[in-house]
Amino acid sequence: MSTVERSGHEPFIRMSKRGEMLPAGKAWGIRVLGFFLSLVVSGVVIIAISGLNPAAVFATMATGAFGSAKTSWVTIRDAMTLLCIAVGLAPAFKMRFWNIGAEGQILVGGIATAACMIYLKALPAPLLMLVMILASMIAGGLWGFFPGLFKARWNTNETLFTLMMNYIAIQLTSFFVATWENPYGSNSVGIINMQKKQGWLPNLFSQGYNGDYGWNVVIVLLVTLVMYLYMNHSKHGYEIAVIGDSENTARYAGIRVNRAYVRTIVLSGAICGLAGFVAVSGASHTISTSTAGGRGFTAIIVAWLAQFNSVVMIIFSFLLVVLQKGAQAIASAYNLSQEVSQIMTGIILFFLLGSEFFVNYTIHFRGKKVAS
Amino acid sequence: MENITKRFGKVVANDHINLELREGEILSLLGENGSGKTTLMNMLSGIYFPDEGQIYVHGRPVTIASPKDAFDNGIGIIHQHFKLVDVFTATENIVLGLEGEGKFDLKAAGAKIAEICARYGFDIKPDQKIYDMSVSQKQTVEIVKVLYRGADVLILDEPTAVLTPQETDKLFDIMRAMKKDGKSLIIITHKLHEVLDVSDRVVVLRKGEYIGDVATKDADQQSLTDMMVGRSVSLNIDRPLPKDPKPRLEVKNLTVYDELGVKRLDDVSFTANSGEILGIAGVAGSGQKELLESISGLYPIRSGSIVFHDPDSGQDRELVGMDPLDIRKAGVGMAFVPEDRLGMGLVGSMGMTGNMMLRSWRQGKGPFINRKKPEQLANDIWQELEVVTPSTAFPVRRMSGGNVQKVLVGREIAQEPAVLMTAYAVRGLDINTSYTIYNLLTREKMKGIAVVYVGEDLDVLLELCDRLVVLCGGQVSGVVDARTITKEEVGLLMTQHRKEGA
Repeated sequence: MSTVERSGHEPFIRMSKRGEMLPAGKAWGIRVLGFFLSLVVSGVVIIAISGLNPAAVFATMATGAFGSAKTSWVTIRDAMTLLCIAVGLAPAFKMRFWNIGAEGQILVGGIATAACMIYLKALPAPLLMLVMILASMIAGGLWGFFPGLFKARWNTNETLFTLMMNYIAIQLTSFFVATWENPYGSNSVGIINMQKKQGWLPNLFSQGYNGDYGWNVVIVLLVTLVMYLYMNHSKHGYEIAVIGDSENTARYAGIRVNRAYVRTIVLSGAICGLAGFVAVSGASHTISTSTAGGRGFTAIIVAWLAQFNSVVMIIFSFLLVVLQKGAQAIASAYNLSQEVSQIMTGIILFFLLGSEFFVNYTIHFRGKKVAS
Repeated sequence: MENITKRFGKVVANDHINLELREGEILSLLGENGSGKTTLMNMLSGIYFPDEGQIYVHGRPVTIASPKDAFDNGIGIIHQHFKLVDVFTATENIVLGLEGEGKFDLKAAGAKIAEICARYGFDIKPDQKIYDMSVSQKQTVEIVKVLYRGADVLILDEPTAVLTPQETDKLFDIMRAMKKDGKSLIIITHKLHEVLDVSDRVVVLRKGEYIGDVATKDADQQSLTDMMVGRSVSLNIDRPLPKDPKPRLEVKNLTVYDELGVKRLDDVSFTANSGEILGIAGVAGSGQKELLESISGLYPIRSGSIVFHDPDSGQDRELVGMDPLDIRKAGVGMAFVPEDRLGMGLVGSMGMTGNMMLRSWRQGKGPFINRKKPEQLANDIWQELEVVTPSTAFPVRRMSGGNVQKVLVGREIAQEPAVLMTAYAVRGLDINTSYTIYNLLTREKMKGIAVVYVGEDLDVLLELCDRLVVLCGGQVSGVVDARTITKEEVGLLMTQHRKEGA
């Protein structure tokens, strides 16, 4: 092949789309590489702003997330809650239904759970558990039903609608906090059923409560698995994928789009409501306006990063929770503000999203021959 | 252009291509889909950058790394899809995006545009709004836009696809006028008679390689096709007589309105018979899309009736008021190849298998989907229609246009329908694939299926179909025998109402 002399004004750098899909192994290699690069950059940033040894900082972060059995369980517990929300959001987002309302759906699920704990504590424990699960899912589903119905009927904007539903849920929570206030004047519900622990999710591997969070793991992983099958192998899952790609194609294929919208958003809300149950019965045993704590939004990132694959979401939920726990640890150990963790999260997400670019595009530098 | 090479991954889209465009000539660029015509032109207009090779303008080596570089070198492209702002006037659209010092003088620009129009015989008014214009006038605005920016090399990408025969003739006159003025033009088209009609020289590409160039006067349709395909191809569409035609689908007094309350179909009536191909002719946007979507239950119908005569049971079924699912459940075998292939007929992000399931996903009991049969069907179509794809899981969005269409048509035919409707089934497809599709449709016709073929190329409509329904402004302006009517007569029917209105 003859080398044509270029007149030297080729652009220094240019990019082009890859002609074919990268094999999955290579694509994941790029993503892992991106993750490690992000750690390097985070390390540099830590040195630059604090002068600390980044290795020590990373070690502290690891201890903060997995230092003892107890901290490890808390990390796992929080990752599971986040995973549950992300798994719930995925069907809606895959259908291009922008469910920004997970916060509200978690809260109403939490309210329903707390209400069962307070009013139905006389029920036998397994039955109470079942009732709480159902109640939380119905409440969350209801919170999804209205935006879904309005979207299907009058084509309202679901982003705004679900967002507004969050505020209603927050106000509703305030109302119930005031109703169930305990002790009087504390402006909080306090730990519900402190004495007899009715409606508390028990330990799986031992007697008692709060020792391990095995049941949280079992419930959430079960939901994850079921949703994986639902999304990838069921007729409904297929409908969701088609609608997300093109509504016209869906109508052409005889899919009743409006019905699918309502059904899917109700399901999405129900699983987020279940996350409210996991958060209240399986973790905090109380309800407050911060029960959701922004996780309804963080979970959106998890769902998108995993490209709606429920199993991949496990990795990303852990990643985000570990980062958060580690950041809290370095904040207290080195007297750094917690914003450092936000910077690090930002850097890591930037690199992870950036690796998607390299999965889809190649870069050519000037003068370099493109390999045939 | 010298030794131009462009690769996408492993695919070589252009392999050491040398192309010379002389001053004051019209050059046709001919090649099948995926032969690299568009890629080559995109490198001239600054959308892609060549991996190897050098572009010269007037003998000077130049770098074209952006559309602006292209303009600076006097190269302008007129895309198939217009890029105009509807609510602006012609002048405003033409000067849009131009940088100038100080206050912009719209009047002076208008005068310059009027001067350009007068020189080449364009019939647009500079202060007419785009939304008031016909398709051909919009195209004219695009051409003037390029000329205004001082282009002396014009690239027209399938400019005739949206035009009536009469409008095409007018465009060709304009092209000849520009040529006389010393401009150089490159025209991309799939229609061979147009190539022979307008161009001076033809360059043929095949699979990314430069095959050769011939002076148009030494070429004919057969020789060009053979060059393009690389072997001898029969250019005759086989048209057997209709087989035992019986009414299969009767449309009566169909009237529909769009979302904005504009009448799209006005009292349309016709019958599609079994065992024949019924062509629907008309200028783009005359109601073809609405007609097919109404029949398949996708468009709200104001009034009228659509009756399906079931060949198995002999019963009649009224389709108005049914949605696509109702139609399927009622056992009406209706196949539809819509105009918007990826936006309606297929799911772009899925592979062939996923797209086969669009028609079969509901089958089988239980909540889970059956992938085995669609996978089998995908493999059959892959082999039988020679679809070029790495696997049945490869997203159809990333296939080339011809292969996308093979997937879609293959799936629809595999349903063994009673009625097969196709909208612009060969739009953007090369000769070889087009003939594959024509043959498939004729095969379906001989199986006793009622085929409805919406097309834009009159030559094909007249060669392929048995009868033609001509639409004009949402009304039927004629139902004619395709074997006896002439192209000119159909052209007149297509524009009848516009003439009456003027």
